[in-house]
Amino acid sequence: MLENIDLSLVNWSRAQFALTALYHWLFVPLTLGLSFILVIMETKYFRTGSEVWKKITRFWMKLFGINFAIGVSTGIILEFQFGTNWSNYSWFVGDIFGAPLAIEGILAFFMESTFIAVMFFGWGKVSKRFHLVSTWLVAIGASLSALWILVAGAWMENPVGMVFNPETARNEMNNFWEVLTNPVAIDKFFHTVTSGFVLASLFVIAISAWFILKNREKDMALKSIKVAAVFGFFASVVLIFTGDTSARTLAKVQPVKFAAMEAHYAGENNAGLTVIGFLKDVGELDGFTEKKVVAKIEIPSLLSIMTNGSKNSYVPGIKDFVYGNEEHNILSAEEKMRRGREARDLLFSYKEAKKTGNEVLADELKIKFDDAEFQQDCFKYFGYAFLDKPGDIVPNVPIVFYSFHIMVALGFLFILIQILAWFYSYRNNLDTKKWFLRLAIFILPLAYVAQETGWIVTELGRQPWVIQDLMPVSIAVSHVSSATVQLTFWLFTILFTALLVAEISIMKRQIQNGPKIEEE
Amino acid sequence: MPLWGRKLWVIIIIKLFIMFAILKLFLFPDLLKKNFDNDKERGNYVLEQITVKT
Repeated sequence: MLENIDLSLVNWSRAQFALTALYHWLFVPLTLGLSFILVIMETKYFRTGSEVWKKITRFWMKLFGINFAIGVSTGIILEFQFGTNWSNYSWFVGDIFGAPLAIEGILAFFMESTFIAVMFFGWGKVSKRFHLVSTWLVAIGASLSALWILVAGAWMENPVGMVFNPETARNEMNNFWEVLTNPVAIDKFFHTVTSGFVLASLFVIAISAWFILKNREKDMALKSIKVAAVFGFFASVVLIFTGDTSARTLAKVQPVKFAAMEAHYAGENNAGLTVIGFLKDVGELDGFTEKKVVAKIEIPSLLSIMTNGSKNSYVPGIKDFVYGNEEHNILSAEEKMRRGREARDLLFSYKEAKKTGNEVLADELKIKFDDAEFQQDCFKYFGYAFLDKPGDIVPNVPIVFYSFHIMVALGFLFILIQILAWFYSYRNNLDTKKWFLRLAIFILPLAYVAQETGWIVTELGRQPWVIQDLMPVSIAVSHVSSATVQLTFWLFTILFTALLVAEISIMKRQIQNGPKIEEE
Repeated sequence: MPLWGRKLWVIIIIKLFIMFAILKLFLFPDLLKKNFDNDKERGNYVLEQITVKT
């Protein structure tokens, strides 16, 4: 890696970003999911005119409000970090990152914020219909906010719809539609949003279960569980489906991450899918440690079927991407490093030509960057120029592998909880199933664990890249003092922990108070 | 407004104050905007950074 890069700075900058993103993500999924549960509840109130549904809606709206108020804007800190800690990256991505975030700010955030005021303060002041429309628009606005942020995030994993301009050193968007319909963005959006729906469903089930166990507000709790279970079940089905399509997309655009998720080191036909297993070191290779999955339960051939739709198909492993595989047309990391260096050298020559005032040469070199063949063969691997050795392309496999398997296992556990909640609600005997009610409460923290592990797979699986194949994290980082980043890391830790404690304590108090409606 | 609602407003205001008046102003400047006068200079700086040879 670059000799003048301070690894402590890179690591602290990454740690700070990870801390902020993980804390921010404690608040977001509940907002995404609970907003749609409120929509269902208020629609029931609107259609039946029943005061019971009004009371139920207002109770969950209060909890939604607490989560929204405390969590809102915590994501802006990530944007602060882009400008300070990741200035090279921020510049390099240019308007591709800026445009979706600006749309998010202007359209979605304002829509969400405007109608949220009506939703909270409009009871009895606006018509029932207008109030319901506002609740709908808050829910849609929340998901739209997520859409634009995820479009920007997806571009980092699969950079499309842009061309690099050597004159400005920025990527410039030349096809907005391609950026918006990036397959990673579509998968990511539906997978992320539905995961929020699932979390919110488990949140409502858990708190309702608590009320039933305490023998309080049973009617409200049973009605809430029914809504949450049905909503959560359908969300889980979509979640599993989008998880499957996401994996298939990843296998194409981020194959090393995909292989790391399964700790799949040696490519093979009839590749099996590991359901559960543990990693054991096999030995040191060129800059990375090979691991083996032991004590595993595996479904034969399923990885091949899921990846390519065919049992006999070949699923490449990590070693194929490090060393290359001619038979399957996979370039080695060494070859990609050579091509990346070629692109970087051309950019270097362009820079020198501009510096010395040799405009003729600069123009000649600039034309190269518009050449589709050069883009495809060399510039696509620009980031490889900064790697030391082929093994640098391998992320932290144990973290990615375990996080992925924990997330998937929990996802299947959640759908079981939702099915049982639905079944017992249907049989009208939920209040007699104490073991299930206790289990439902125990499951709630695990819903947050699943959310966080999902992000760990996404972000750590992409390493060493900040932008897949184009820019490694070490080049993206700003030359700021490592001590400042450490200081702000701890400041954020204190700030976010305080916010989390406030959220939990206010929410706990309001849950204990139950659905009584205070004068506002 | 109920007590919990007032508490929430206080938290929101304190949070936004810390974020925008302290963190953003003193600890999170936009480095390229702060250090360079125009986009050309910013572009040249980043170009230097991404063409450093290993």
